[in-house]
Amino acid sequence: MKYLCLVYANEEQLHSLPESPEDSECYAYSEQQNPHANFLASEALESVETATTVRPRGNDVTITDGPFAETKEQLVGFYMIEARDLNHAIDYAKGIPAARVGCIEVRPVRDLDI
Amino acid sequence: MPGLSIQQQISLLYKQQSRRILATLIRLLGDFELAEEAMQEAFSAALKQWPAEGIPEKPRAWLISAGRFKAIDRLRKLKRQAAWADEFIEHTGDSFSLSTQDIDDDQLRLIFTCCHPALPEDARVALTLREVCGLTTEQVASAFLLKPTAIAQRIVRAKRKIREAGIPYEVPEKKQLPQRLNTVLQVIYLVFNEGYCASSGDNLVNSALMDEAIHLTRQLSHLLNTTEINGLLALMLFQSSRRAARTNEQGKLLRLDQQDRSLWNNQQIKEADRLLQDILPKPDMGPYTIQAAIAGLHADAPHYKDTNWREILAFYDLLIRIQNTPVVALNRAVALSMAFGPEEGLKAIKQLNHSGVLDNYHLLHASQADLHRQLKQFNQAAACYRRAIELSEQSAERHYLQQQLDKLNKP
Repeated sequence: MKYLCLVYANEEQLHSLPESPEDSECYAYSEQQNPHANFLASEALESVETATTVRPRGNDVTITDGPFAETKEQLVGFYMIEARDLNHAIDYAKGIPAARVGCIEVRPVRDLDI
Repeated sequence: MPGLSIQQQISLLYKQQSRRILATLIRLLGDFELAEEAMQEAFSAALKQWPAEGIPEKPRAWLISAGRFKAIDRLRKLKRQAAWADEFIEHTGDSFSLSTQDIDDDQLRLIFTCCHPALPEDARVALTLREVCGLTTEQVASAFLLKPTAIAQRIVRAKRKIREAGIPYEVPEKKQLPQRLNTVLQVIYLVFNEGYCASSGDNLVNSALMDEAIHLTRQLSHLLNTTEINGLLALMLFQSSRRAARTNEQGKLLRLDQQDRSLWNNQQIKEADRLLQDILPKPDMGPYTIQAAIAGLHADAPHYKDTNWREILAFYDLLIRIQNTPVVALNRAVALSMAFGPEEGLKAIKQLNHSGVLDNYHLLHASQADLHRQLKQFNQAAACYRRAIELSEQSAERHYLQQQLDKLNKP
C-alpha cells in the first residue's frame, strides 16, 4: 500500500530546537534503505507565509493569501512511501528526522475509482 | 457427541467455534464483511452436506476451507475484484494447511488488530466484543451504557479504517507488546463481565463468554508473562469460581452473603490464590491485580460474616487512586458501609452522585436502597428500589430488586 507521511511542525521552531534535523539528515533518510518501507518521493515545503489558496467556483476563482487552515503546527513536508501495512508505515514515520520536533500524519493513498 | 442430531452438533459447533473460524477467515481473506459472509455460507453448506456425507474428521478445518472457497467464488463473480481473487489464490495456494496453533493464534491476532492504537479507544472495545467474542451490537451497547445505533456506527467506522488504512492482522512485536496490552486487558475484562453480569435478557450466567475471556487471558499470559495479565486472570478465576452459587434453582440472583460457599469452585480459587501469591508483593500492582486481591479476600472468608472489610476498603482506597471511576467509587462506598456502618456508605454515595451524572446507573440506586433499608428509612429505600428496577435490563436482577421492595412493605 502507498502511504503519504505528512510532516507537521511549528515552523518557527522547526529549525531552531536542539533536536531539529539538518537538511542533510532529512535527505539522507530518504536515500537510505529502510527495512519497513520503500521510499517513493519526498519534499520539504517553503513556509506557509508563501502559501496561496485557490478556490475555483463556477466561473469565479477566489485566490487568497495563506494556507487553507490556520493551525498551530503547519505542513512542512511529506514522504510518499510504499509499505506492507500501517504498522510498517508507522515504523517508517517514526524515523523521519523532522518527527522529533513535530508529528507525522500517516495517510493511506486511495486508488482512484476509474 | 453421541445423542445429538447432526443439526444439533452443527449448532453446537457454531456456538463454540464460530468466532475462531471467523478470526482465521479474516486473516485469510483480509476483510471482516467478506469473512463474516463466508462463514455463514460455510455453515449453511455444512447443514446441507453433513447429514448425507457425515461429519468430516476435522470439522473446523472443513468449515474454514469451505468459507474460503465460498469467498473466492463470490470475488470471482464480482468482475472488478476478479484480478484480486486470482492473485489471492496464487498467493495462498489452492490447498493450505491449518494447525490448531494457527487457528488459536488467529484469534490473538484479531484481538490485537481490534485493539490497535490507530483505532479510537472506544471503537477498540466495541469491535473486539463484536468480532472476537460474537456479542450482538445490543449487548455491546448495554455494556457501554449506550444506544445500539451509536455502537453500530463505531464498529462500521473502525472496520473501514482497518481496511483502508491497512491495519494488519498480526500480534505486535515484543518491544511494542506492553504498550498494546492495556487496551487488550480492558477489552477482555469487559467480555468477562458481559458474561458474568449478562446485562440484558434472561440468560444470567453466560458461561461461554466467561470461559472465552479466561481462555484469551491464559493465551496472553503464555505469550507475555506480566503482573497485570496474571492479575486479571486471578480476578476472573475468583469471580468465575462463584458461578454455581450466584443463582438459585429459579435463576434468582444471590448476593455474596446469600451464597452457599460450598458451591464455590475450589480449584479455580486455588489457582487464583497461587497466581496472586506470585504477584502481590510487586510494587507495580495495577488495577486488575488490586481487584483480584479484593476478590481473593472474599474467596478466603469461610462465611460472609468473616469477611475482612477493612482490608478490602484499604485495597479500594488503593484502586481509586489509579482508577477513579463511578463503579470503583460505588464499590468503595459499599465496602466503607460494611466496615464503618451504613451512614458512612450513604454519605459516600450521595457525594458520588452529587452532580447527577450517575442517575441512570441502576446499581447506584440499588446500593443506596440497601443502605436506607439498613437504617430503617423505608420510604427512601422504596423510592431507590423503584428507580433501580426501572433502570435494570436484567430480568433476574429486576426480580431480586422487586422482592427487596416487596419485603419493605411487609415488615
